[in-house]
Amino acid sequence: MSTTTATHHDDHAHDSHGHPTGLMRWVKSTNHKDIGTMYLWFSFTMFLFAGGLAMLIRAELFQPGLQFFQPEFFNQLTTLHGLIMIFGAIMPAFVGLANWQVPLMIGAPDMAFPRLNNMSFWLLIPAAFLLLTSFFVPGGAVAGGWTLYPPLSVQGGMSVDMTIFAVHILGISSIVGSINIITTIFNMRAPGMTLMKMPMFVWTWLITAYLLIAAMPVLAGAVTMLLTDRHFGTHFFNAAGGGDPVLFQHVFWFFGHPEVYIMILPAFGILSTIIPTFARKPLFGYASMVYATTAIAVLSFVVWAHHMFTTGMPVAGQLFFMYSTMLISIPTGVKVFNWLATMWKGSMTFETPMLFAVAVVFLFTIGGFSGLVCSILPVDIQLQDTYYVVAHFHYVLFSGAAMAIMGGIYYWIPKWTGHMYDEKLGKVHFWLTTIAFNVTFFPMHFTGLAGMPRRIPDYAQQFAEFNMISSLGAFALGLSQLLFLYVVIKCIRGGAKATNQVWEGAHGLEWTVPSPAPFHTFETPPVLK
Amino acid sequence: MSQNTKNYYLPGPSFWPAIAATALFLLAGGFAMALNNIAPGKLLMVAGGVIFAYLLFGWFSEVIGESISKVYNKQVDKSFRWGMGWFIFSEVMFFFGFFGALFYARNVSLHWLADAQLLWPGFVASWPSAGPAAKEAFTPMAAWGIPAINTLILLSSGATLTWAHWGLMKNNRKQLAMGLILTIALGATFLFLQAHEYAEAGFTIKTGIYGATFYMLTGFHGLHVTLGAIMLTVILIRVLKGHFDSHNHFGFEAVAWYWHFVDVVWLFLFIFVYWL
Repeated sequence: MSTTTATHHDDHAHDSHGHPTGLMRWVKSTNHKDIGTMYLWFSFTMFLFAGGLAMLIRAELFQPGLQFFQPEFFNQLTTLHGLIMIFGAIMPAFVGLANWQVPLMIGAPDMAFPRLNNMSFWLLIPAAFLLLTSFFVPGGAVAGGWTLYPPLSVQGGMSVDMTIFAVHILGISSIVGSINIITTIFNMRAPGMTLMKMPMFVWTWLITAYLLIAAMPVLAGAVTMLLTDRHFGTHFFNAAGGGDPVLFQHVFWFFGHPEVYIMILPAFGILSTIIPTFARKPLFGYASMVYATTAIAVLSFVVWAHHMFTTGMPVAGQLFFMYSTMLISIPTGVKVFNWLATMWKGSMTFETPMLFAVAVVFLFTIGGFSGLVCSILPVDIQLQDTYYVVAHFHYVLFSGAAMAIMGGIYYWIPKWTGHMYDEKLGKVHFWLTTIAFNVTFFPMHFTGLAGMPRRIPDYAQQFAEFNMISSLGAFALGLSQLLFLYVVIKCIRGGAKATNQVWEGAHGLEWTVPSPAPFHTFETPPVLK
Repeated sequence: MSQNTKNYYLPGPSFWPAIAATALFLLAGGFAMALNNIAPGKLLMVAGGVIFAYLLFGWFSEVIGESISKVYNKQVDKSFRWGMGWFIFSEVMFFFGFFGALFYARNVSLHWLADAQLLWPGFVASWPSAGPAAKEAFTPMAAWGIPAINTLILLSSGATLTWAHWGLMKNNRKQLAMGLILTIALGATFLFLQAHEYAEAGFTIKTGIYGATFYMLTGFHGLHVTLGAIMLTVILIRVLKGHFDSHNHFGFEAVAWYWHFVDVVWLFLFIFVYWL
């Protein structure tokens, strides 16, 4: 029966009574740490699956001509790779980190709504099931790209319906999860932790949760219109009835661009946590970091049509979206310079989390600059739907979001497991990932500038060498993630005992509790001076 | 059951989230199958719907039970307030998407179709429109009949709900119950008139972009009124059972917030869908 757990600190009998073991511990969990763990494992599973799809894509592109797959199936691969990586791997990984870290960082006993927290996680399972099994229904999986543009998505088979419902369920999960995170941050902070004393990771998640609540319902609306156009005779995206396929793109990208920041702001938060620790200096420009995060969030709602420069917009509209997009580079630049200033004259060491953080600052900046290139209207008209765009968003999403997640996991895993990970193997994983990533994606800048179109299984002879290099890099990148899995499992099973503080330069409430963090923490709130 | 209201209440392990995931899975999977004429689709949907109803009943009963046994302290109450507020914000954004579609169609896509003159020469942009390929004329919904009456009804229901709230604050249970009954009755009248309007309408959801935006916007609004009326009914039953007092009644307030939100959405609907 439910009890106020907060009253039973050291009562182990209560623990075993209140918390079922075995499978039910996870199914019925109301513990932010267990739920965070489930999120992270789910995310990693999806990461490997969608990564496997990427391996198939790169195998097909290893040489010109059709090697393994028909074009229809190739399109399914790229579509599901995108959908699963975004909704199944990156977003749940960030939510998992938030689950573990936000209550620990703000001194809360748990999330504000523990049962809804568990529901947010378990809703991911049916959504993932709908997406994965859509490969096996008549007509195969969705093949129109992760953006689900009509008319292709109106004409597609049953898998489109499954994807629409998966998006609905993922949307509910994200919204409920975000409400939980916002409420936790606003209402559960330890006494004395004012908003401007919150750790940056908590700040970035606060803004991210706001973006999710504002953007996900719009996506739900967009795919609902898709559904009614498919089955109930509406004409939202059909010009014959006065609608417009471009309308979908507007609604989709009104969600889609904030979504981009949903996937990068928590990564910024991780960097702002790791870099001060290993530079042994406080974060430079804390307040400006907060304002920059907020500015990025606000601007993210007025830039969406830069994804649509080639759809035929009035020039005034194109110019507006070009300039508003360029504006975003200012708060982002503030962040990059703050990280550099944090490192400036610091007594730095380069453990694995720091290696990842420094690499992300460098590589994400490359992705940011290629984004700036794409924002320039006349240039973008050349680059639209080429591999340059693929290179750009993998530099921000893989070497930005995914590698920041990896850095965050190395940084916090001693707190979760009580063991230090294998530093040597961690560094090997870092170097393999970073080198293989660049081998994979850097050449795409060249093939893209030369005009190679994305989402096509075949290409002209002139692109053969660069594509072979990309494919070899991709296979190495995929394989090195298995090493990551090994390092994580090894760390869970054993290793050097981690101290409470874990890292010499680490500051914050999460480092005041034992490692591994006990099942319940901060049952009586800590007081900040 | 310990009742230490000093600490934040943390519920013990719960099966409801997994049941919720199962219900939504059956509903979604079943709907996808039914839409594509695969046999057990409808059956799965029914099963999902039944489990979902059971879930709502069970989970809310549990929460209400916890509330009555006073395990929630002030801080938990505040969490519920934040949570409900942000939930309503997400609903606002959901309607925002459909209003966006309406404005886009009226101000952008129809004009472009008229300007282009490629596929449908002679098409003139006007509102309401069923699009350039529409063969038959249709009668759009007039604002100053049922819709205007419905506006009055919903606005009055907001007033009766506030009157009920005053009753609760003054500990006047009779006024509270009366106000709730009036609000529910007005909500039901609204829905009845809305259904009548649909039945008499001179167009369908298939009538081009006008029919699509009209039925999606008013339909989703009607769905929200239905939900709100069900929630009000639950609150009324709880009031009759003696729940809530002048200090402790967030359940009532949450539903009231929701009802006012639905009210405001209707005002926008009346202005932009029916009137202008």
